[in-house]
Amino acid sequence: MAVQVQQKRTALTGNYAVAEAVKLADVDVIAAYPITPQTTIVEKLAEYVADGIIDAEYIPVESEHSAISACLGASLAGARTFTATASQGLALMHEILFITSVLRAPVVMAIANRSLSAPLSIWNDHSDSMAERDTGWIQIWAANAQEVFDSVLQAYRIAEDRDVLLPVMVNLDGYILSHTVEPVLVPEKKLVEEYLPPKPLWNRLSVKTAYTLGVVGPPEYYFEMKYQAIDAIERSRSKIKEADEVYGEMFGRSYGVMEHHFMDDAEVALIAMGSVAETAYTAIKRWRERGAKVGFVRIRVFRPFPAEELRDLLKGLKVIGILDRATSPGSLGGPAFAEVSTIFVNERQRPLMKNYIAGLGGRDVPFSGFDYMVQRLLEAAEKEEVDELCEYVGLRE
Amino acid sequence: MLELLGEHIEKQGCGKVAEKKLLGWREIPIGAMNDRPGSSAEYHIGAWRTFRPVVDHEKCTRCGLCWIYCPDAAMQPREDGYYEPNLDYCKGCGICANSCPVGAIEMVSEVR
Repeated sequence: MAVQVQQKRTALTGNYAVAEAVKLADVDVIAAYPITPQTTIVEKLAEYVADGIIDAEYIPVESEHSAISACLGASLAGARTFTATASQGLALMHEILFITSVLRAPVVMAIANRSLSAPLSIWNDHSDSMAERDTGWIQIWAANAQEVFDSVLQAYRIAEDRDVLLPVMVNLDGYILSHTVEPVLVPEKKLVEEYLPPKPLWNRLSVKTAYTLGVVGPPEYYFEMKYQAIDAIERSRSKIKEADEVYGEMFGRSYGVMEHHFMDDAEVALIAMGSVAETAYTAIKRWRERGAKVGFVRIRVFRPFPAEELRDLLKGLKVIGILDRATSPGSLGGPAFAEVSTIFVNERQRPLMKNYIAGLGGRDVPFSGFDYMVQRLLEAAEKEEVDELCEYVGLRE
Repeated sequence: MLELLGEHIEKQGCGKVAEKKLLGWREIPIGAMNDRPGSSAEYHIGAWRTFRPVVDHEKCTRCGLCWIYCPDAAMQPREDGYYEPNLDYCKGCGICANSCPVGAIEMVSEVR
């Protein structure tokens, strides 16, 4: 895409890329509580507010539960809001996440993904946000700092779309993205203003209107109220695509709901999410150079889950491998595996599927790990059977 | 604003559901919101009651503590200054009887 706009090439960590995007989005309220590896996002934003660079209320709350609650209230009053967290902090927000989506508050939150205790770990995996996949939030998972930046801006446009009005979570891998410096193209604020919806969106907390918010939903009405948010996330599908396409036209970068490579004649494919995608891509490219018919898919938007797009892409394959960086103990496999395996549930002809669980608690997934995964997929394709449904790759006996 | 919320609000709320047509998900305002302030008055919670407060006007000093403490504003003053519960809204919690300093309110079983 040849887009001629002024964009400043800036060296930013993933966290500073988030802060930069939030600054350009001209937010009104930031409520935050520090937690590693997210802390430098809200630290940077505190600095911007203190220096008068952002004209926003900065609420240093006493917990993550309060951070999301403050954003929820401010959002209902028409403010553009932001918060960020990770791991235990996200878990502490859990109950309010359901409320935010059904109350239709377009809060945007960044998650610097980190594993959940115990044992205590500050390192990266996807357990925290995967545990929140049923809260009604839209989930975007980025693979590099530029995508983190772009996704935060897209998140505001999606969240505040009047046909959507849902909260959006932008996920970036803790440390690997949050603390690694990369070159990021940062556009001018004027253009960002053009891209985002006008403010304020609406004000449901005005004294003039006197609405009751967060009503009791008796059995006669709970179902209908909950369904409205389900309908909204379904309708968000086209809006997510539109936000991405318009972003591409204006700034020259768009990502789709997923990214894929080498899929044209692939017989087996590996699916992953987040920053491991870049290692996986390189590993698979090497297999391609050796003639193996292997493809690669990275899921970027996990909620709403791009089932149709994936079905079209994956049908006809012999074996699909799904890498999970989170677990669902007692289930057949991890959460991404469970999700992907449902898309063929009513198809007579369907690929075999295999789950890999790796990279928990910050464990590195090196090339050798991906080589093993690809090799096992090729073996399964040849034998036309999967001997072990779920494998824990890199686990010591 | 109202257009955004939908022009679908009939003259009824989410409260008094048993007696009126139930609205579908397309018809109710989005975001678990009730756009008619005061509509809880239509929701008669008296049916929850198993004990009703009975005020003994011989003992009552008209201090008004029952009126202050009643969580549903069911206890209301009469013209003569004594208090009576509005049984449409009294759910029989007994807070009035508990707060009465002279023991003028007795909770009487609704079951005979």
